[in-house]
Amino acid sequence: MKYLIMIWHNPKSREIWESFSDAERAEGWRAYAELDESLAASGEMVISEALADPSQGRRVPAAEGQSLATDGPFPETKEQLAGFFLVDCESFERAMEIAARVPEAGLGLVEVRPILAMNGPDM
Amino acid sequence: MTEVESLLREHAPHVLTALVRHHGGFETCEDAVQEALLAAATQWPVDGVPANPRGWLIRVASRRRVELWRNEVARRRREESVMLLEPPGTEPPSAVDDTLTLLFLCCHPALTTASQVALTLRAVGGLTTGEIARAFLVPEATIGQRISRAKQRIKASGAEFRLPSPGERPARLAAVLRVLYLIFNEGYTASSGPALHRVELTTEAIRLARQLQAQLPGDGEVAGLLALMLLTDARRPARTRADGGLVPLAEQDRTLWNGAAIAEGVGLVMAALAVTEIGPYQLQAAIAAVHDEATRAEDTDWRQILGLYDLLDRLAPGPMVTLNRIVAVAMVYGPAAGLAQLERAAAEPALAGHHRVHAVRAHLLDLAGDRAAAREQYRLAAQRTLSLPERRYLESKAAG
Repeated sequence: MKYLIMIWHNPKSREIWESFSDAERAEGWRAYAELDESLAASGEMVISEALADPSQGRRVPAAEGQSLATDGPFPETKEQLAGFFLVDCESFERAMEIAARVPEAGLGLVEVRPILAMNGPDM
Repeated sequence: MTEVESLLREHAPHVLTALVRHHGGFETCEDAVQEALLAAATQWPVDGVPANPRGWLIRVASRRRVELWRNEVARRRREESVMLLEPPGTEPPSAVDDTLTLLFLCCHPALTTASQVALTLRAVGGLTTGEIARAFLVPEATIGQRISRAKQRIKASGAEFRLPSPGERPARLAAVLRVLYLIFNEGYTASSGPALHRVELTTEAIRLARQLQAQLPGDGEVAGLLALMLLTDARRPARTRADGGLVPLAEQDRTLWNGAAIAEGVGLVMAALAVTEIGPYQLQAAIAAVHDEATRAEDTDWRQILGLYDLLDRLAPGPMVTLNRIVAVAMVYGPAAGLAQLERAAAEPALAGHHRVHAVRAHLLDLAGDRAAAREQYRLAAQRTLSLPERRYLESKAAG
């Protein structure tokens, strides 16, 4: 099964990150690199990427009067997607175990969501 | 599949077992065979298939194995200047048939399921890493890593290239059957996306099950698994629409079913049930056979299906068996009887909150004529399923 591990950031977490010393930031990067390596080695990694800052994103404009967005344009929402891992692993429990190793997990900013399979059972 | 590809897949396990018998060292031999297969895949379509394809593959793989071995010795000399290892013979090894041993090794309990599947497809099925990756919709590096890790684990576990002892055998055979069934199911249930590569998995699983059955003709569960695959796959042309949408069994165009596969599957399961100890694969195959033998959905012998589910429920209980049995109860005794049993089953921890409970309840409510309640249950099921084609199907039932 594939799972998307999403890492969310918010102004508070950004503040914490910015207040880190160089050594502390290096520690964070090391944790990410180690996670990447161990997932590649275990054959569970599909892909992992970090996203550019939300200020660099662009939204496709809605047709006149058709916008259904409820929470304003993305850059104003509080929680922003900062990066993700797509893993292919044995169970939801295993995906949660992997997600817990993302440094932001300690701040409650990591979410795991199953990917819909392209397989359908007999009806 | 091209002619060369099918030829390579047929010979691959024999070439590998011949090499392992001759040289020892499963992991290096497996790499050498993979390289020989890749060489053949590029050379044969251009130069033509050699007169003795297996001999060609064994010769090339053997040469590669010796090279890999020399590199290994050189590396070890550099590292620790070990004593000279016994050099392997340069004579091409003879082709002793050990594909069964190979299959057991690839499904070794020290490996994760994902690794068992990948290694079986490569070492026994003769598929390339790229083909396996495309079929499972993951990057090639991911599959490559699963295979190399599997081989490391086999080595670390001290597993030898021999058949399991009689004591271990039932559990080891069960693992092999499970892996083949997983491969089959992965391909069979694929209904959209790059379906072509995935359908190949069903073909591959049936081919491997056929080989296994030829080697263990007296084993009822092996026959049962092969029959189950054939009887299920026979319905594949009717189970999806052109747009990938799922067609439920009751609405399938049964003239599209594969009659030859059904006849073969029915024959296999009948013979197995008559002479061997009954088992879960035989029972599932028997259920599939009852469905397949009904020319129209309304001719289905649900009483017999219910009887088979009762047996299966005793022999190999599980949440899906429970739910499928309840559908059979509803077909025999009416939707109210089915709904009553469903309420009891839904309270079990294994089924609590499961989307299939909602899907079955929706179906039974529909049968009972309660359209509004059925819609709501279809909607809940659609929300909870982890399958995209199933979600689309359930959404259309919720809307319809």
